[in-house]
Amino acid sequence: MTNQHRVHLLHFGTIALLALLFFVLPAYHVGNLARIMVLATYAIGYNFLFGYTGLLSLGHALFFTAGMYGLGLAMTQFGLPSAPALIIGLIAACLVSAVIGFLALRTSGVAFMIVTLMFAQAGYLTILYFGTYTRGDEGFVIQQAKRVMFGIDLSSEVSRYFAALILFSICFLTVARIVQSPFGKTLIAIRENEERARMLGYDTGAHKLKAIIISGTISGFAGAAYALLFGYAGATFATVQYSIFPLLWVLLGGAGTTVGPLIGVIFMFYLIDLSSSITSAYMLIAGVALVLLAMFAPQGLAGTLRKRWFKWMP
Amino acid sequence: MEFGPHLMLASLEGAVTAAILALTAMGLSIVFGVMRVVNIAHGEFFMLGAVIAWWVASLLGGHPAIGFVLALVLAPLIVGTLAAVADRFILQRINYDPDRTIVATIGLLYIIQQTTLMTFGPEARPVQPPFNTRLALPWFEYGENGFAMIWPWGLSITSYKLFVIVAAITIITGLWLFLTRSKAGLLMRATQQDSETAQAFGVPVQRVYSWVFGLGAGLAAIGAVLVVPIQQAHYLMGQDPLLLSFIVVIIGGLGSLPGTIIAAILIGMSDGIISVFFSPTLAKIIATLVVAMVLVFRPQGLLGKSEG
Repeated sequence: MTNQHRVHLLHFGTIALLALLFFVLPAYHVGNLARIMVLATYAIGYNFLFGYTGLLSLGHALFFTAGMYGLGLAMTQFGLPSAPALIIGLIAACLVSAVIGFLALRTSGVAFMIVTLMFAQAGYLTILYFGTYTRGDEGFVIQQAKRVMFGIDLSSEVSRYFAALILFSICFLTVARIVQSPFGKTLIAIRENEERARMLGYDTGAHKLKAIIISGTISGFAGAAYALLFGYAGATFATVQYSIFPLLWVLLGGAGTTVGPLIGVIFMFYLIDLSSSITSAYMLIAGVALVLLAMFAPQGLAGTLRKRWFKWMP
Repeated sequence: MEFGPHLMLASLEGAVTAAILALTAMGLSIVFGVMRVVNIAHGEFFMLGAVIAWWVASLLGGHPAIGFVLALVLAPLIVGTLAAVADRFILQRINYDPDRTIVATIGLLYIIQQTTLMTFGPEARPVQPPFNTRLALPWFEYGENGFAMIWPWGLSITSYKLFVIVAAITIITGLWLFLTRSKAGLLMRATQQDSETAQAFGVPVQRVYSWVFGLGAGLAAIGAVLVVPIQQAHYLMGQDPLLLSFIVVIIGGLGSLPGTIIAAILIGMSDGIISVFFSPTLAKIIATLVVAMVLVFRPQGLLGKSEG
């Protein structure tokens, strides 16, 4: 079996496994898994920029909410049906990430982190400022009757799960494909040594801008899907915490691996789920896990697996 | 109130914010300057300082001044030791690798914050200021009889707030003397310039790092002890100082201590003044965007050296 086959087996196997789990798992975990797949899509978008291009952004919540509010406001304020609203959400995320990318890429390193953080903070405050439309922290609900796409009611358990799976699969396979392409390889080269990539004649600035736009659009896709599938949009999703989450998921799962984001989200989700049944200070356990992870598994779970056993893993 | 007195009041409030911010951001700046470490848990060290101040004050009882003075000594010591231990057992183990340090300090943030939630509880708790006389302030105005001194109603500041400003200036001057005139300061500056060469010359770099990390956390704790009689101690109070300190450190130019102080004054004052005159949310949006734009067009900060 060549490595190419192994990679295909891993990717399609993951998707098949997720589809199978719907029929095996009890209802509670099926509900969790639908949410996990949407959040994993967000993490995939983040991983594309952080794991493959090497840009650490602390402002991805802005892209997530651009998609979320693009769709949400189009549906509630302008009464659009869900399909065009989803496209508006995607366009919003694409535009926002293009503008932010254009500005933030003038900086690098810690300054890039802080600039993206500040833009995201400005976005969060803007959502609060236009509270008459966005309902601020409280958020708004998208009516169940409106959450229908191509005649399928997305609020039911079955269709929600498979809609989430389709969303996840599209983004998962797209990113897996891109990082194998010459464009993706160039991004990895930029991550490893930007000076050298530039010296070899690649326009690193343009590549990084494209990476931000792709990453932001995928994140926005996840945000729009979250609003559509779970029927809620709120300013909490724009807070710093939701910019830090994808970083944690990706680091946990393994930055720069295709399956890492999914593994990271599953791990973190259930870690918080289990510990919140023990104590109200459940983030304590997440904190301990993070410190241990930083000390003993710096490449994340998938990264460690790749380093030890599966060298072929993409 | 007229515009003039109003502006003066706003700038005094801003000066208090700036004083606290300067102390907290100095801590972050020293840690970044010497160790090149981005400490996300810095805000939690600030919060711990405030919680310890409340704890000391409520244990002692008696006159608030006794508890306050004791807290001013104890809080930075405890928090500094804690930070040094964290540095020794976590950050040194991971070799200050940038990405791993960020993960570890985010973990540390949650550990400190949630432990406080479990022990101290979710309530905000006040601490009595050691003294709190209200001082009316004069305003000069050109009237019919030439210049006249008037006492506009509402133009006043408490003696404690003035004390905070003076205390911050004193501590920062002391810190500057420590860094430029003492042997320990020399070791820190040597480590900052080139840690490998410093080590070759017999500087115990590892120990310097622990001390610097402790010192940085201690400065945040002092800032918190000073602010807690004005604000209240709460387990989530570390978030805003963290964000603001980061902004200040970056705007001032990474690792530049004078830059940090200038930026703290700029940001603290404008924060105070803007929030008096404009809607707080709109003011924050504008301020955040302005800071972001400064960074976009001057990434090295105000006093930082250009990399290129």
